[in-house]
Amino acid sequence: MTDLTKLTIAEARDAMRKGDTTSAEITQACLTAIEGAGALGAFVHHTPEIATEQAKAADARIKAGDAPDMCGIPLGIKDLFCTKGVPSQAASGILEGFKPEYESTVTTQLFDAGAVMLGKLNMDEFAMGSSNETSVYGNAVNPWRRGNDDAVLTPGGSSGGSASAVAADLCLAATGTDTGGSIRQPAAFVGITGLKPTYGRVSRWGIVAFASSLDQAGPMTKDVRDSAIMLQAMCGHDPKDSTSADLAVPDFEAALTGDIKGKTIGIPKEYRVDDMPEEIEKLWADGITMMKDAGAKIVDISLPHTKYALPAYYVIAPAEASSNLARYDGVRFGHRAKLAQGDGITEMYEKTRAEGFGAEVQRRVMVGTYVLSAGFYDAYYNRARKVRTLIKQDFETVFADGIDAILTPATPSAAFALGENFDPIQMYLNDVFTVTVNLAGLPGIAVPVGLDQQGLPLGLQLIGRPWEEADLLNVAFSLEQSAGFVAKPSKWW
Amino acid sequence: MSIDTETARRVAKLARIKVEDDQLPALAGEFSAILDFIEQLNEVDVEGVEPMTSVTPQRLKRRDDVVTDGDQQAAVLKNAPDAREGFFAVPKVVE
Repeated sequence: MTDLTKLTIAEARDAMRKGDTTSAEITQACLTAIEGAGALGAFVHHTPEIATEQAKAADARIKAGDAPDMCGIPLGIKDLFCTKGVPSQAASGILEGFKPEYESTVTTQLFDAGAVMLGKLNMDEFAMGSSNETSVYGNAVNPWRRGNDDAVLTPGGSSGGSASAVAADLCLAATGTDTGGSIRQPAAFVGITGLKPTYGRVSRWGIVAFASSLDQAGPMTKDVRDSAIMLQAMCGHDPKDSTSADLAVPDFEAALTGDIKGKTIGIPKEYRVDDMPEEIEKLWADGITMMKDAGAKIVDISLPHTKYALPAYYVIAPAEASSNLARYDGVRFGHRAKLAQGDGITEMYEKTRAEGFGAEVQRRVMVGTYVLSAGFYDAYYNRARKVRTLIKQDFETVFADGIDAILTPATPSAAFALGENFDPIQMYLNDVFTVTVNLAGLPGIAVPVGLDQQGLPLGLQLIGRPWEEADLLNVAFSLEQSAGFVAKPSKWW
Repeated sequence: MSIDTETARRVAKLARIKVEDDQLPALAGEFSAILDFIEQLNEVDVEGVEPMTSVTPQRLKRRDDVVTDGDQQAAVLKNAPDAREGFFAVPKVVE
């Protein structure tokens, strides 16, 4: 077989079971592709020894006929996941040298299912960013370019390394995490599928925390079927995460019939934002036509508090981050600043955190500190949490009215050039279509649907009812079949 | 809402992040821009609305209050910048 790195999870699974190839062969092909792709900045810690070992064990399991679906599948793991004995830095200087003594629940489950780890993937520092430009490792780069223009584009963020690696066929799939859009926006920017599950579907244990009430891990894959297969292995109840849901996990892949006749798809009028590029408007209209042609009923809906989602997010997420990141104090792990004569413990904290955190992380920790401080708690933090209640009620109302899924654009533009977006607030607006989903705890999926005039991929987002990822994946599967998106970036790296 | 350099200094102190004096005006400017953005929330009528505490209406799980883990001193100290005699070591705290 040629081009083993281009296989989907489903194709690789079937080929390995038939004996047409082995995990060792696919893993080696990926390791070779990674070696030649340094220019993408996607893999930041390489684990070829672990990969080779895991592939060997996977091949033995497949041979014995005892192989789960993910067995032998080579993956990239976002640097936010703690992996035992392997650097896990959340792309931050403050976790320089940190090698966890434990394994996150998600990676434990994936490895127990036989998956192979190729290495750790680049991201925005502590998952705070939408362009992968806040990473201590330097930028991750989008494998796509605008026509013949060689301007370097962002793969999005925060899961930028995951997006770049999957789109460039360096791995078969990758883990991502999504606090405000960090799986779906990068997936849309590189033309792959990215799923954020319902809050509580996937355990957060062992994932470096950013905003605990919003964070959720999910798969970033080459197609919808692969997201179903990989989600199956990642999710389930975990006693180590008190917000992990003790609910039965359905067979997600079996739900993919592609039949959406009689489903009701809502089109929220508030997502038609000012200055929306015409190409995004057209993409959305095309998506609506595809759903209608597939037999779905299209209904205009209203989610009146949409406009307030981003400002609420930029109170709640920094507030939670300021609390979560208090643990980086130079005492138990990671970086400690060199101290001057006479420096006490306060100087140690202050210098360590000034040296270890990048500018965006410092900014958010301080904004979070401010909105939680005496005198401002009610005006900012409590008000934002009330608005969050209203945003969730908006969704509950339309779901109660019979809406099965909601179709929106995934991002307000195609991938932009690295260094193009300097203003923090302009950068925050990238998440305008995705952040409501985190605030309401819902599942959302980005699916590639078309190319813009410059040849860059564009995606649409589908939002589902809580815990109904199976149904959501099936609607996404139908959209994928109708869109027939098969474009790949041409190799320049 | 405009944040002055004194407020910026106080917030940096509360967050335990050292910010040099010459950086404070720029930081205050950034805070002001972000808070202006957040001010939009004042347009929303939140009268009688409960602040969200949990996005999924589930009761946190409980378990028996028993020891389930422990005896991991070496693992706990493994990543410490300075560990001595089985403890984390820090600069002098009490005079």
